[in-house]
Amino acid sequence: MHNSPLLRVNNITKRFGGITAVNEITFEIKKGELLGVIGPNGSGKTTLANLITGFVKPTSGTITFHGKDIHSLPPHKRVLLGIARTFQMVKPFYQLAAYKNLIIPLCSQRVKDMEGGKYGERDDIALDLLEEVGFERDSRVAYKPASILPQGYLKRLELAKAIALFPDLIILDELFSGLSLAEVASIIPIIEKLRVQGKAIIMIEHRLKELFRIADRIIVLNFGEKIAEGNADEVMESKAVKNAYLGAETE
Amino acid sequence: MFLSTIVLGFINSIILALVALGFNLTFGISGVANFAYGGLYVFAGLTAWIFINIVKLPYIVSILLSIAATSLFGALIYRFILQRVRGIELSEVIATFGIGLAVLELFRYLGFYGFEYTLPVMFEGSINLFVVTVSIQRVMIVIIGIALAGGIWFFTHHTKIGLAFRGIAQDEYTALTLGIDSDFIATLSVAFGSTIAAISAVAIFPLGTISIEQGYVVLINALAVSIVGGLGSTGGLIIAAFIIGYLQTFTSAYIDTQWVMFVPPLIILAVLALKPSGLFGKQKELEERV
Amino acid sequence: MAKRKERIDRGIKVRSDDIFALSSWREMLYLSSPRVLPIVIILFLAIFLSPYWQRVLLSVAVFGILSLSWDMLNQTGMISLGQSLFFGIGAYFAGTMNHYFGWHPFLTIPFAMIAGGLFCTVILMPLVRLRGIYFSMTTLILPIFFERLIEAARIFGGTEGLTGLQSLPYSWLELYLPLLFLLIVLFGFRRFMASDYGLVLKGIHDNDQSVKSSGININIYKAFVLFMASAVGCFAGAFITHVYLFVGMPVFALDYSILPIASSVVGGVGTFAGPVLGAFILVPLSEILRQFGGLRIVFYGMFLVIFIVALPDGIFPYIQRKYQQFERWVEVK
Repeated sequence: MHNSPLLRVNNITKRFGGITAVNEITFEIKKGELLGVIGPNGSGKTTLANLITGFVKPTSGTITFHGKDIHSLPPHKRVLLGIARTFQMVKPFYQLAAYKNLIIPLCSQRVKDMEGGKYGERDDIALDLLEEVGFERDSRVAYKPASILPQGYLKRLELAKAIALFPDLIILDELFSGLSLAEVASIIPIIEKLRVQGKAIIMIEHRLKELFRIADRIIVLNFGEKIAEGNADEVMESKAVKNAYLGAETE
Repeated sequence: MFLSTIVLGFINSIILALVALGFNLTFGISGVANFAYGGLYVFAGLTAWIFINIVKLPYIVSILLSIAATSLFGALIYRFILQRVRGIELSEVIATFGIGLAVLELFRYLGFYGFEYTLPVMFEGSINLFVVTVSIQRVMIVIIGIALAGGIWFFTHHTKIGLAFRGIAQDEYTALTLGIDSDFIATLSVAFGSTIAAISAVAIFPLGTISIEQGYVVLINALAVSIVGGLGSTGGLIIAAFIIGYLQTFTSAYIDTQWVMFVPPLIILAVLALKPSGLFGKQKELEERV
Repeated sequence: MAKRKERIDRGIKVRSDDIFALSSWREMLYLSSPRVLPIVIILFLAIFLSPYWQRVLLSVAVFGILSLSWDMLNQTGMISLGQSLFFGIGAYFAGTMNHYFGWHPFLTIPFAMIAGGLFCTVILMPLVRLRGIYFSMTTLILPIFFERLIEAARIFGGTEGLTGLQSLPYSWLELYLPLLFLLIVLFGFRRFMASDYGLVLKGIHDNDQSVKSSGININIYKAFVLFMASAVGCFAGAFITHVYLFVGMPVFALDYSILPIASSVVGGVGTFAGPVLGAFILVPLSEILRQFGGLRIVFYGMFLVIFIVALPDGIFPYIQRKYQQFERWVEVK
């Protein structure tokens, strides 16, 4: 059981009008694995995340999660099965206080079906979760409205919203973009902890250096196609990857 | 009977398309749903009437002045009201709705309704089209409708301002960085929408009397055609106008005239139940996410 | 020297936000008076007003209820331009049940709320997936559609309407029932929006995609809001049917659409208390303006535009701010 993949993406294709954003991509991920997805801008990384989470419906291909075909389910049903995501452009609820932002995922059926999802305890769970992602308990920052939080905290909040769903698979869409080195360094342990807990993680990233340090496996996309897959060293050595990133033939 | 219904249905469809064109143009470019559209329509009709009957200007001068006044009115609505609440959907809807209501009910209060409020036709007489006799005014409406639709297409595809219109429609922020003044373009879009309302008013009102109710009817028809065709889609608008127009004409010819007005809402309900973004909603992916 | 206005929470507000509220009469009074005072004022008015103004108070309550329904819809971005749809549907459900089956008003009113609420929810349900503008457009069309349908099909009495309906068993209910319902809905809606489910609704208004990715089916939430708002609107119509002992095409009139919007905008959109306050201002005002006839609607239209542009927050948030904060001018260094 432990060896069967948690998520399997099979020959998935998405066309927008005449443009093929994602073309026949196949990969899988196991529990406790951290898969990095890299590629130049416009290579279809975010579309891939949208396909897995259901915000975009595939033109063809299937997605299996926990052995169940999910490619036609709406986003919220996929969350109930255990897929959570963050958005590249953070999407907090700006009117609400930071910890109140987490009440909304905590209201989902998935959390209700778990232990501790009872009414009245949600505020406490939310504050605990925020502390986990680095909102200092002593400071009042968790009570501030999301609209005045700086980018670093918004990214953490975005991560906390995903964790609040107690997911089996987390998709992090460019979580590190726009963060300083120190902030990235403080978030990496949180991600590693999630992996130790047995969650599968897909990280879509531009910050290759940090990604290569923590990823188990990396797939490289270019023009919607998977051009390489392997561990960090293998990917770096791949000729196709060099071509894609440097844009020239390197003999 | 059948052939004449085809011809009359065609004219009716063009009238619907003409009426919806202005609403749709404004929405398609600046995203403003102009609920004052019916008010502007009646405003155009009544100013034309005032110019002809009270100021005693020649017909052609009167309608040109009326069209200009209505366009200016539209531009002023944007410049002094909508621009301040731009991007807040609630405020835009309520402000335009309030203006339309105030204009229509003010005219009603001032007593601008009754049989004497009619506009003259452009050309007297009627001609024989295949099997049915049609007044020249209706033929003129068809010509104006087709010319306007064609003109708008040419304008938005081949002139500088027209291209800026489409730029704003597609991505306001990108357009801003390219040096397109989005407020200016949006002012023009509301003004042009009003121009079309005014042109359709002076073309269509001669078929009957100018009544306040027409303001509401025109707004509802414009909304119906836009919903069925998909907001912002000109092709969808024309097809929707033909569907609604022909169904109305056939209902009137074969069932009963009083059922005609049920055609638009019933089609709306059917379209919303089956394909909520309208038949040809070009912003489908965006719209369906609320 | 440049100056700016500084707003600071009053000490008593800060203290009563916390547990200390239970330790002093002043704080308890501070917390309870905004809730108790309106109830006392309304009861006082209901008892001491002349019969004519009691009638006006009844209208205030009915329009207040419609405004609350409007504001609830607005919480999830559904901008209704046709509150008379809910009003009229409720009125006809109650009227026909009473006329054709002889149901008692105590039966027709709850029935109209539930059946009418479901009916409206089913019709409007396809719209919740679309942008708010579609909702506005369709709600503008539907009341006119139903009005003409009744006229053309000559159903439910056609243009004549149904007359001779049964009145409420006690005449004092005609005033106290809508006032009680208004207060229940007002405090109920405010409580609901403060709950976790209310937070989800605010989240939907803020960012629907984020709510979807939180594993929440937003359509179910919106359908629920739609049902609540429809049922509340239907109550107003069903109730008034048994006061006027008549139901006819005027229940779909523009007044029932425009006044709730105007009340909400004048009072303060999104606060629930604001729309009720707005109804308390506009309905008596419209009585005073009765001599101007059709000009009233012109005034409402102008009110809408002026408030939306110049005072978009409305009156209630202003009062709330004065109650909770004090202001002072400070020099900008």
